[in-house]
Amino acid sequence: MNESSEAARVSVLDIFLEFLLVGATSFGGGVVAYLRNSLIVRRRWVNDKEFVEMLSISQSLPGLNATNMAILVGDKLRGWAGSLAAICGVCLPGALLMLVVGLVYQQGGDRPLVNAALKGVAAAAVGLILATVVQLSKKSLSHRFDFVFMALAVIGVNRLHQSVPRVLIVLGLLATLWYRPGSVHKESAAE
Amino acid sequence: MKQIADLAGVFAYLSLLTVGGGMAAYPELLRLSVSVHKWLTEAQLVHLYSVGQMAPGPNMMMITAIGEWVAGLPGAIVVLIAFFGPTALLAFLVGRAWKRLEKWPWRESIQKGLAPVSIGLLLAGCFTMARGAIFGVETAGIAVGTLLILLQYKVNPALLILAGAIIGALSF
Repeated sequence: MNESSEAARVSVLDIFLEFLLVGATSFGGGVVAYLRNSLIVRRRWVNDKEFVEMLSISQSLPGLNATNMAILVGDKLRGWAGSLAAICGVCLPGALLMLVVGLVYQQGGDRPLVNAALKGVAAAAVGLILATVVQLSKKSLSHRFDFVFMALAVIGVNRLHQSVPRVLIVLGLLATLWYRPGSVHKESAAE
Repeated sequence: MKQIADLAGVFAYLSLLTVGGGMAAYPELLRLSVSVHKWLTEAQLVHLYSVGQMAPGPNMMMITAIGEWVAGLPGAIVVLIAFFGPTALLAFLVGRAWKRLEKWPWRESIQKGLAPVSIGLLLAGCFTMARGAIFGVETAGIAVGTLLILLQYKVNPALLILAGAIIGALSF
């Protein structure tokens, strides 16, 4: 914990401004990559190991990775005030921008050119989300039963029209039991 | 007042579904905001969500626009607090308890189990959105093109979405 001496000098305002900067510049999603660059490389507020640990907490909880990371890093640096400063900073620019976009869109009415452009935007966004899913799968799915659980979630929502919380709870429980402590599946997945 | 309470309830509920990413909550967002409360049309939701992919910061900031449409600036603020408050509190508490949880044998089971389910939910959300965004060969082509480019090259996704807008404006 000898590195925390530097972190001890971080003020709540510093935290807010650093996260505001990430919130304002992280175009194209992938906020976590921007956070890594800002927090580890530029500011040295957290080290690699802490960052990975916080990311693993963020990913296993509901909530967006970016905001969960803001909460955890903020807390590490300055307690609850740090958390509040970090999450407000990272959200503020995007929230203001989308507020303006919403107003403009609502008043824009039915302009053919804008609608045509939005069709293209929506199609590209589908491709982007699919790419995210593929990249996540490559990173965190290893065992063939992982793909079974993934497919079951898709079938549950899209084919059987079950609600997301129902699918999440039922399949989440099943999958957790499948990988229960000491189960053989867990061992083979770790190979 | 009723609208504000509805916004708060819906977005607090949606926030708890965002395991793995915002897209996991999309099917419920569509159902509640379009079918149940009729705050906007499916086309508008798809547009807002997609444009939101270009905005910096966490990728669900488009919810502020919905809050603003329904109940003005107070609506936008309520939506933000409802959507980020509960999960923020949860992350804060779990973060502090983590050291103790580290030795809990079920922790790894939960993480291993939730990973495939949450990725499946993201994919399901993506398919749900595709139904409102992919209409024919052109839109399918833009989606597949974006997917392949992103898997092959390191390029900022915001640029590809911008390219989608230009192609859309020129061809539809």
